[in-house]
Amino acid sequence: MGFPDRIERTVALAHPPARVWAALTTAEGLAAWFGEEADIDLRPGGAARMRWASGYSVEMRVERVEEPAVFGFTWQIEELPDDDPRRTYVEFTLEPDGAGTRLTVVETGFAQLPEDAYRKVYDGHTQGWASELGELATYLDAA
Amino acid sequence: MPPDLQADIEAVAEQVFAALADPSRRDILAALASGGPATATDLAARLPITRQAIAKHLALLTEAGLVTAEPGERRRIRYRLRSAPMKVAQQFLAALARDWDSPLDALKEHLDRGA
Repeated sequence: MGFPDRIERTVALAHPPARVWAALTTAEGLAAWFGEEADIDLRPGGAARMRWASGYSVEMRVERVEEPAVFGFTWQIEELPDDDPRRTYVEFTLEPDGAGTRLTVVETGFAQLPEDAYRKVYDGHTQGWASELGELATYLDAA
Repeated sequence: MPPDLQADIEAVAEQVFAALADPSRRDILAALASGGPATATDLAARLPITRQAIAKHLALLTEAGLVTAEPGERRRIRYRLRSAPMKVAQQFLAALARDWDSPLDALKEHLDRGA
């Protein structure tokens, strides 16, 4: 299959890695900028979940926890059935950048998607990370 | 108009325009306008937008008061378009259009008189 497997996006945040780390890895942080409700068991293999009022929820599994530099998880792919074993892997890398943080998100695993779901999911996540990282910055700036 | 009310109108208008600035949110609002109330699942099936993005957009649209969630069990919740904020935004646009119209009218009058 010829479609790209990964999405990568980097943003400069005006807050130190410890604050960005908390926003990414705590239930309180995730519920403030990403989901409307969240819970997380922050250890490799731990379960995490985000929920929205409309009834949608996404199950995540924590994979890498290297505070405050690397946080990785896999999550369900929206257009596949809930019990489908295929997942994409999301990894956040936090690097100190002056007084702030250079945050990179890489999501991989799109090439395993069937062709009919690929475009919707890949485009959705490409736009999704652009808006989510914007919401993360807004949340950090407001807090 | 009292300054408070004017500020309220501008705040509502700002939320409406921010909501409408996103093409996916325009699609969601258009689908609700043409097809009536729908669940997040209905919308994801009809639109080229993922379920997660639909969930995010519906949360924002609810907060902006542009849609309202009908009471119901989570996945069955139907979203309905609310026209009140649209009308406020329309008023805001109408006020801007008036401001443009009057100098144009004056110009037209001026030209007509000179003809």
